[in-house]
Amino acid sequence: MDFVSGLRCRECGRTYPAEALHVCDFCFGPLEVTYDYERVAATISRERIEAGPRTIWRYADLLPVTDPAPVDLGAGFTPLVRADRLAAELGLGELWIKDDTANPTGSFKDRVVSVALTKARQLGFKIAACASTGNLANSVAAHAARAGMDSVVLIPHDLERAKVTMTSVYGGRVFAVEGSYDDVNRLCAELTSEQPEWAFVNVNVRTYYAEGSKTLAFEVAEQLGWRAPDHVVVPIGSGSQLTKVAKGFQELYQVGLLDEEPSVRVSGAQAEGCSPVATAFAEGTDAIRPVKPNTIAKSLAIGNPADGWYALDTIKRSGGACAAVTDAEVLDGIRMLARTEGIFAETAGGVTIATLAKLAAQGVVRKDERVVAMVTGHGLKTVEALGDVVGPTATIAPTLDSFAEAMAADAASTQRSPT
Amino acid sequence: MIKVRIPAQLRTLTGGVGEVAIEGSTVGEVLKGLDAAHAGFAERIFDAEGGLRRFVNVFLDEEDVRFLDGLATPVTDGQTLSIVPAVAGG
Repeated sequence: MDFVSGLRCRECGRTYPAEALHVCDFCFGPLEVTYDYERVAATISRERIEAGPRTIWRYADLLPVTDPAPVDLGAGFTPLVRADRLAAELGLGELWIKDDTANPTGSFKDRVVSVALTKARQLGFKIAACASTGNLANSVAAHAARAGMDSVVLIPHDLERAKVTMTSVYGGRVFAVEGSYDDVNRLCAELTSEQPEWAFVNVNVRTYYAEGSKTLAFEVAEQLGWRAPDHVVVPIGSGSQLTKVAKGFQELYQVGLLDEEPSVRVSGAQAEGCSPVATAFAEGTDAIRPVKPNTIAKSLAIGNPADGWYALDTIKRSGGACAAVTDAEVLDGIRMLARTEGIFAETAGGVTIATLAKLAAQGVVRKDERVVAMVTGHGLKTVEALGDVVGPTATIAPTLDSFAEAMAADAASTQRSPT
Repeated sequence: MIKVRIPAQLRTLTGGVGEVAIEGSTVGEVLKGLDAAHAGFAERIFDAEGGLRRFVNVFLDEEDVRFLDGLATPVTDGQTLSIVPAVAGG
């Protein structure tokens, strides 16, 4: 039994039943799931959650669908890692990495897809579909296979090799579209009108899908001992995750799981080659101007972000900031996180860490704050990006002399300890 | 004539039809012509200032008209205009 009371348009407030609807029929505003929070509060407790599965489904009372056997590969409850070595490099105090590389298909998308397909199945859909920059494609294909659903995944034709393989292996249909992600997204938005019997997770069931990202906030708070952080840094693609993370902390307080009302500053991270939200933040405008993306951070390369306006609004109201980093800084961010904390992130994670570094240097993210950075995808998905900048120390003959020579050369060139 | 593709949310205005043909020499003229042919479109897709609503995207042959000249973008016979809800993806 879920606690959903219906859907409501974020723009004009019109209400709708909890069906496969994602935009308001009147003004095209996004629909948002509404809950009966009084009933949730009467049921939910820290103990009830802590006794639940070590997945996102431990928070089922605050999700838009419940099912005794959800479409589940084990998404969520990923490590929250204290990052003292990275904090020291950045001049920060208490820093944590939410390591969502540890999800079943290697990204946070497993959270939203598990929710979306569980709801889609409940609504009677037999086919799962999506427009994706890669991570979502991996997750939809895998979860559809798990659920015995057919899948139809549309991706831009120039994605990283691993993301294409990790989607195709599950046996569903995969269409590589000759165009950008925004082209793929437009095609899927149009296809949704022609194929109403397909559950496009980020189109007609997007209302439910998006709610899955709240579990990032739920887990962070639980893993911090039922406390909210002071500041979170979140990458922005469509902007949905950022707004839902903020909503998640607020909901925990609303249903009585946090003792104090959270006051979480939410900051956004983008790549310079696709930074419509960071640009609007820098210019102090409310209008998000669409852009044509050009960045190695392909998973964030959404030039016309559906929730860009809401992400910007969330950032401003929370006292956070939004910044953008160059592709070179993205690669530095990936290597810095790997070198200091042993976590290998994809390019989007590099965007987050590089933006964190930038905001820390500017004094926006402060040493006296408890900070959480969302690292949302695994580095193995985007190895091409690092092809030219990391590799073996040396290639040597299988002899002691050759090894000693290479060690000495490396010690001389890097001033690394020769031991 | 310009072919105009209608999203499911607006097909109640066209009697369930997903594609209609409208005359006009700019994107704005075609959309106004659409409202004249099927009353009710204007209030759904235009805001109070007469621009496109924030969550309505219009594409001329696959290109977002916001990258062109918006409602003033010229159109020629044989082109296709698509009205698409903006909230999708990501």
